[in-house]
Amino acid sequence: MSIIERIKKGHFWKFHGGIHPPEQKFLTNDKPIRTLDLPDELILPLQQHIGQRGELLVKEGDKVLKGQQLTLLSSPMSVPIHAPTSGIIKAIKSSTIAHPSGLSDLCLFITPDNVDKWQERQSCEDFYQKSPQEIINKIANAGIAGMGGAGFPTHIKISSKPSINYLIINAAECEPYITADDLLIREQSTTAIDGIKILDYVLQPEHILIGIEDNKPDAIKALKKATKDIKKITVCVLPTKYPTGGEKQLITALTGLEVPSGQLPINLGIIMQNIATCFAIADAVINDTPLIRRVVTVTGQALAKPQNVWALLGTPVNYLLEQCGYQATKDKNLIMGGPMMGFNLANDQVPIIKTTNCILAPSKQEVSSENNEVDCIRCGQCADVCPSQLLPQELQWSAKAKDHVQLQKLNLFDCIDCGACAYVCPSQIPLVQYYRIAKAEIRQQQMLDVQAEKAKIRFEARKKRLEQEKIAREAKHKKAAEARKASMNKKNEGGSSATSAVAAALARVKAKKASAQAAKNNENSITEQPTQDIDTKSKVAGAISRAKAKKMALNKEAKENNTVVEAKVVNTAKSNKTDKDKDKDNDNDNDKKARIAAAVAKAKQKSAQRASSIEQKPEIQSVVEENTSSRDENKKAKISAAVAKAKEKAKAKKLATAEIKDSQTSADSEINRQEKKKIAIAKAIAKAKAKAKKQQKEETK
Amino acid sequence: MAFWIASSPHNHIQSETSALMRLVIYATLPGIFAQWYFFGWGNIIHIALASCTVLFAEFSVLSLRHKKISSELFDGSAILTAVLLGISIPALAPWWISVFGALFAIVIVKQLYGGLGHNPFNPAMAAYVMLLISFPVQMTLWQPPLNLMSFDLNFQNTLSTIFTGYTIDGFSTEQLRVHVDGFTMATPLDTLKTDLTLGLTTSESFKSPIFGQHFGIGWEWVNIGFLLGGIFLIIKKAIDWVTPVSFLISLFFCSLLAFFISPDSSASTMFHWFSGATMLGAFFILTDPVSGATSTKGRIIFAALAGLLVYLIRKFGGYPDAIAFAVLLCNMSAPLIDQYTRPRAYGHQSEKK
Repeated sequence: MSIIERIKKGHFWKFHGGIHPPEQKFLTNDKPIRTLDLPDELILPLQQHIGQRGELLVKEGDKVLKGQQLTLLSSPMSVPIHAPTSGIIKAIKSSTIAHPSGLSDLCLFITPDNVDKWQERQSCEDFYQKSPQEIINKIANAGIAGMGGAGFPTHIKISSKPSINYLIINAAECEPYITADDLLIREQSTTAIDGIKILDYVLQPEHILIGIEDNKPDAIKALKKATKDIKKITVCVLPTKYPTGGEKQLITALTGLEVPSGQLPINLGIIMQNIATCFAIADAVINDTPLIRRVVTVTGQALAKPQNVWALLGTPVNYLLEQCGYQATKDKNLIMGGPMMGFNLANDQVPIIKTTNCILAPSKQEVSSENNEVDCIRCGQCADVCPSQLLPQELQWSAKAKDHVQLQKLNLFDCIDCGACAYVCPSQIPLVQYYRIAKAEIRQQQMLDVQAEKAKIRFEARKKRLEQEKIAREAKHKKAAEARKASMNKKNEGGSSATSAVAAALARVKAKKASAQAAKNNENSITEQPTQDIDTKSKVAGAISRAKAKKMALNKEAKENNTVVEAKVVNTAKSNKTDKDKDKDNDNDNDKKARIAAAVAKAKQKSAQRASSIEQKPEIQSVVEENTSSRDENKKAKISAAVAKAKEKAKAKKLATAEIKDSQTSADSEINRQEKKKIAIAKAIAKAKAKAKKQQKEETK
Repeated sequence: MAFWIASSPHNHIQSETSALMRLVIYATLPGIFAQWYFFGWGNIIHIALASCTVLFAEFSVLSLRHKKISSELFDGSAILTAVLLGISIPALAPWWISVFGALFAIVIVKQLYGGLGHNPFNPAMAAYVMLLISFPVQMTLWQPPLNLMSFDLNFQNTLSTIFTGYTIDGFSTEQLRVHVDGFTMATPLDTLKTDLTLGLTTSESFKSPIFGQHFGIGWEWVNIGFLLGGIFLIIKKAIDWVTPVSFLISLFFCSLLAFFISPDSSASTMFHWFSGATMLGAFFILTDPVSGATSTKGRIIFAALAGLLVYLIRKFGGYPDAIAFAVLLCNMSAPLIDQYTRPRAYGHQSEKK
């Protein structure tokens, strides 16, 4: 309670630093807010706040009424916009918006019909009848976003409510020149206080503090008068110092608390709303008037009649300047916002938006346009005035050196861009500009870092997976090799040329596999994998076609001979000695090789087929083996087939991981053909066996 | 019709580095006037010499570095260096001392380190120390105050002495330094130091005519002149009051402590304040922002350290010229002091380093 006692006594806290730039508020604070005629055209950017733009509800050529909702509240961070007057949507196109870099965004171009016809409204005399949620919805649909400058959606801010200690109403208006809030309070204090009452009803804070600088005596009087019956509200008159109106600075000045770095005031149980936002809330809830206009201070010594005006949202800046007697000079220097934190406009077609509180058109004497930057002499004046207690000069050196680590160590992101440091700098260094660039660079780097980190995790996972697969593959390979060795040892007892032929076929298959594996091992990127798959697939397809061709040849041969396999073998053996026969034998040899290749191909297909069922249990394997070998008794061929199968299975497994479907379909299409082929191949194998026997005989002779 | 685009803030306090430097130069005037009154034209001649030299040196180096000469040559920082150097040099030192010192200050100490704002050492003091070490004979040509001199030292004589080593009448520098009573003079600090090593007590030493009524004829007024200039600068907010106050308090307590421990061999606190270059150092040298600490806390430590060092060097050092050495030593420690005196930023808990 000591805080509130202190406040009641009028004792406030001091925040570090701050400056006293020439206020220049006298230019506009003595004239009432002027209502302007309708401009010829209104340009409404779809997004006028922090967050996302709403979904468009109208199209070109539509007739709209005043206050009609034009975009939809489609996501929580979106804020709708409304037609500021009745008229026709002339165009929906990209146009320059109020942005420091002069960016373009989608805008609605409305041609007013000068009837200014309202849509149907339902005013609500007693908002206490409504539930807080209803009021929040009303505020959301009225398109209200923070009108102090940042444009944070108001309904988000007031929806999050743990127990609120302080509701702080920001009426400090510390920027030089700007008097919009001052005049609004003086002329509309009742409505503004109604807005505060609505917030009080929704948020139920323990205390309501209105922070206002002592350079606005009339506004203070009006506020005190309007709140004298409300005990909960305290009008806190603070000494004038820039930037008292900064959210963090005002909190410190009023409560002595500091918002921890990287956190929001809500973490301290504090919610801050601008006084203009309170007015808009009351207008929306009580009068059912969405946010379609605001007070804008049009000021500067380049104007003949600087004044506060009620500007419809979407009014082009040049219209306002024209109304206030702008004397254009050769170099136009137009600033949206105040001289401390405002930004230069890239052209005068830029429209007024929800966050625009000031248009400043200074004369050349007012705002020096020369850049006289000289080297920093470490005078430390910047550090003396920094409200965030940073070390601007050290930040500047690090920013120039692009030392991002050091910048973050120096708490660059606690900088509020207030510009106090650059204001006092005797070397006239544009410090804030350096910080802005550095901040943007760091944010971009962080984004890239996040992406790189994701890519790294993906890559690591893939590497691990590939390694595991390799280990599994090697283990299987070893097993198969052992089995092959064992069988080879058996075969060696009857070492024949056929054996060597089979071995040669095996070697070929092995070589093929080895090369495939080598390719696989070499490549590490995902992109190469499909290529390999295609490669293997084409190899398989080639083998299949080869096998088919051989099978046809075999069938033909079988028809011609029309004898049992043994007989044929004997015939061949008999005619072995003649040249002609030799040739024939050679042919047969070739046939044999081809047949074995066919067998291998068959095995390949089978294993591919099996691979498609992912689970490769040894039992199934053996069953398949039995099936394939049931028709022939040639052990060598069988074993070679098994070995090839085993090898191919490993290969197929690789395939399966990447392209199961493809191999499956190709395998399926071959099943029928394989059935036929099996018979033919069995014959061929028997033939080969017989030949081998014959050769053996000859050798023994 | 062009639209002017600039970064915020759009208004500026309209202060300039050159204006700040000019203000500091003006503030040295009372001290220079006192010097002129008590010690003649020597220092003013040296200031002029040094100023010409620094402008030449600055111009040469800036051209070599392809810098914008118009804005940087007359930013006042070089002239200020020249003024401070000219004030520090013995009035009757030969002309090449100030020329050489000024060249060293600008070319080596300032520009080779990157120019204005990048020099780790105070150029004037670094040049002074260089001269003192390299040319000890010329750099100890301290003359007695004019009223204690046996010769009349007018402007022509001074000029002649500086450029030729002899007055128009043919007297050498050594002869000029001879006191009316016939012995060679040194500065009050030097005299005291010598006397103490000879076994005399402070009060015995103070009987020497050089000390006059208070702490040294002329020297006390020179110091008062610089004190006035310094107060003017503080009022004008050109310098931070923290540095000189911290320095003077530190020196005060060091000398007070020594005085309590050993009054016979220690000079009074006020003697330390108003002799030598104490006030010049406090308001014009230590407050040099470039080579000093940046934060307020840092400045307090920086200046307090300087006070301690000045006392230690005056008391135990080989040279009586304590300010220059103390300033250089503090310049060296400034980055370290800065590192450990970073203020707590808004919304941050006090960091433990």
